[in-house]
Amino acid sequence: MNTKRARFRTLGTWLIAAPVLAILLWTVVYPNISVITGSFSDGLANWRAFAVSPADREAMRATLIVAVGSVITATAIGLPLAFLLARTEFRGRRLIAAVATLPAVLPPLVGVIALLFLYGESGVVTRTVQRLLHLSTAPWTLSGVSAIIFVHAYTMYVYVFLFVSAGLERYDSSLDEAAAGLGAGTARRLRRVTLPLLTPAIAGAMLLVFMNALGSFSAPYIFGGGIRVLSTQIVASKLNGALGLAYVETTVLALSAVLALALFRWMERKRGYVLSGKGRVARRTVPRSRVVRVAVPTLAALLVLVLVLPHAMVVLVSFARDGVWTTQILPPEYTLDNFKRLASDPQLWAPVRNSVSMAALSTAANVVVCFVAAYIVVLRPFKGRRLLATLLSLPWAIPATAIAIGLASTFNRNDPATLRVLLVGTFWILPLAYFVRGVPLVATAVEGSLRQMDPSTEEAARGLGASWWMSMRRVLIPAARPGLVAGAMLAAVTAVGEFVASVVLYTHANRPISVEILAQLRGFAFGTAAAYSVLLIALVFLITLAARWGERRAESAEGSSIAA
Amino acid sequence: MDDVLGREYPQSGAREVSAGTLALHNVTRAFGGTRAVDDVSLEIGAGELLALIGASGSGKTTTLRIVAGHDVPDEGQVMLDGQDITNLPPQRRDFGMVFQHYALFPHMSVEDNVAFGLEARGFNKSIRTERARALLSSVGLDGAGKRSVQSLSGGEQQRVALARALVVEPRALLLDEPLSNLDPTLRRTMRAELREMLRRLRVTALFVTHDQDDAFAIADRVALMKKGKLLQVGSPEDLYDRPASRDVAEFIGRATLFPAVDCGTHAIITLNGVERRVGVVAERGPGGKPFVDAAVVLRPEALAFTSPGAETAFPGTIVGRRFSGTTMTYDVLLEGEMTVEVASQERTMREGDRVGVAIVRDPVPLVSS
Repeated sequence: MNTKRARFRTLGTWLIAAPVLAILLWTVVYPNISVITGSFSDGLANWRAFAVSPADREAMRATLIVAVGSVITATAIGLPLAFLLARTEFRGRRLIAAVATLPAVLPPLVGVIALLFLYGESGVVTRTVQRLLHLSTAPWTLSGVSAIIFVHAYTMYVYVFLFVSAGLERYDSSLDEAAAGLGAGTARRLRRVTLPLLTPAIAGAMLLVFMNALGSFSAPYIFGGGIRVLSTQIVASKLNGALGLAYVETTVLALSAVLALALFRWMERKRGYVLSGKGRVARRTVPRSRVVRVAVPTLAALLVLVLVLPHAMVVLVSFARDGVWTTQILPPEYTLDNFKRLASDPQLWAPVRNSVSMAALSTAANVVVCFVAAYIVVLRPFKGRRLLATLLSLPWAIPATAIAIGLASTFNRNDPATLRVLLVGTFWILPLAYFVRGVPLVATAVEGSLRQMDPSTEEAARGLGASWWMSMRRVLIPAARPGLVAGAMLAAVTAVGEFVASVVLYTHANRPISVEILAQLRGFAFGTAAAYSVLLIALVFLITLAARWGERRAESAEGSSIAA
Repeated sequence: MDDVLGREYPQSGAREVSAGTLALHNVTRAFGGTRAVDDVSLEIGAGELLALIGASGSGKTTTLRIVAGHDVPDEGQVMLDGQDITNLPPQRRDFGMVFQHYALFPHMSVEDNVAFGLEARGFNKSIRTERARALLSSVGLDGAGKRSVQSLSGGEQQRVALARALVVEPRALLLDEPLSNLDPTLRRTMRAELREMLRRLRVTALFVTHDQDDAFAIADRVALMKKGKLLQVGSPEDLYDRPASRDVAEFIGRATLFPAVDCGTHAIITLNGVERRVGVVAERGPGGKPFVDAAVVLRPEALAFTSPGAETAFPGTIVGRRFSGTTMTYDVLLEGEMTVEVASQERTMREGDRVGVAIVRDPVPLVSS
């Protein structure tokens, strides 16, 4: 390629890259900078206040305990379960495999209230146990650090389970056989061979749990029972008008998460080997011991029950008449009124309309911006590539509360000189927050798809005389489509049930479903809250179905174009 | 050999005692409805090298995995020195195994890989290091101990895998397609090296391959499997010169099977209305009855060119030729629509030439079809 053409192409790359970079710098980086500078608005006074505040010290301690506790419990559940399902054949295995990821399908707040209905002080399981044991008070209270960790274990073990399952699927079982043949028993094989080789998968999952638990808001908010963690502390400071302190807390929380991520990436680079991917995948074996053969399916049945109960509970309560469920184990009266009211009362329907339209807007923006960004990152080498890639993954590392505080501190007034626009208090602030949270989801998925494409295909298309637009339409977009569909699905599912950023930024006019669920709970309208939750689960399910349909259409289109 | 191995393996004296006799008694293993291994009985003497060959899906790898203890048969027994080890877990069998893709532990150094079996047996660090280094130098990998296994070439990885299997002084060595990942040149040298090393260590070895050349070059005896059944066990010469069945004749070497009438010591071939008589050897089994549906096995080197009009010759036309260095192999379409392969030192013939083909090596194998 002659230098003139090369220069022309570089200029073209910058022309496409500039708007994307500008959008990301403005919506992702600028709010964080605004929070950090905000924390120094009174010099070091806010930081000093933070350092001496007993509440903040307590919050830091609790946050750390919650995060570490969640990692330990989620790993203790997810790791053995992944091994059991990958290595053992037993009655009910397929059923467990199907329901094992159910907790991940529950929108965050819905999962929390489902567990509240079941295991809360007046929950169904709690009352059943109390009745059975003839206790005068509830056998446990679902509050405090242990309650938060319990909820996290239930919802976050799925990450460990999925990561380790994927690792085991690629794992060459002849390595274990080699170790066994050399005389290593089960324990030594696990300790010296299997676990060290699965370390990347396990560590990745543990990091994900750690970061999620670090920034978790719903569980501490509902179950905290006076326990402070950083994320709730941020919101409390903001509500109390101590904005400077809120900015300090946000900075600390976001920096911890980014540091954890950086540490993980560094460890990942240090590990110098790759699994070959050759060899054989383990066949599931039937346990030899009779006791195990009976015990495993029994435990499995129990596990299925535990996993399905929260969903079942939400559905059940959605038919309960509001206000009559007091001291009984199960709601005494059932009705369709909750759903009828949602559909007929415009006030009650508004949150549904809001969530759907805001999720649609943010997802559409994600698709456009992230496709262009991923295209540049993967296929158009230029000097700003690393910066762009970092910007795309940044929102993944920053807890949602911190994102929300950042947006609130940036888009709170019209000031063209500092590039500020007033969005707080308008409809647009929530779609913007959802957009920021969706960026890493869509970008990662599209990058994945584009990386699978042979880069010379685009050149081949241009070489065959295709215009830039034609090669985009006929080669690039079809190649990116699986990632676009999957990423858009994830972004839409996250946005439609989003709670953490919403609760910081919503106004009455654009209140989303999750915030309304909380409002109904506060008014003890459990039936209505559950009906909203069922609707939310249905929306998530619909989005997933639409994505499947989109994938199939993409596949069949690909098939027919190959056939032609 | 010693220029590759460096020096004699230090404990080779002790190994002669430890080599065991392996036996399979009526072993059967089914997956779903298919019998991957179907009533297989086989004996491998102490210090013997036996190759198990067959096409992919013939059940040879499943058989090896059953011997190793990674799989348990539905029926039958695996015996070591007369003791039933069918249900003994692999870690208690004292076997060494070399895997097809070597299965080296990617997170350990070369030395830690080799020493792993000693570690599992509770040897202390200094003994482990000493023995691992000795064995590494005996497979020609002096000083490679601290390297990562992923930095090794395919041939080096294979040696590490072999060293790792041998360091524990196994009662038997099991090898799963150990040469299939090597390039053709390296493969030929490794064949010779492997046979020499295994013979010198006098280790009992069961060696699975789909490659007949590997099996013939390394093994004392060869066992051929098809669809889970053991077709024939014998020396390479036995399988080549006296195949027990049509399947064996077709799998081993190149051959054309010619329908024939079995007359005991000879057979009658009829082609294009002309009858010819040829001396045969046959594995007739108990009773020694003649085959009802017989075929003679014509190897390329049992045939030669004569003039097309010669009395004993089958007339035909050359339709293909392949040069293999030592000989030229011609495909000849005989009158009567039969194609045979003829090996010849003659290099000048071309497609389309008219030739006569005669059977020059007598007797030829006869099998039941």
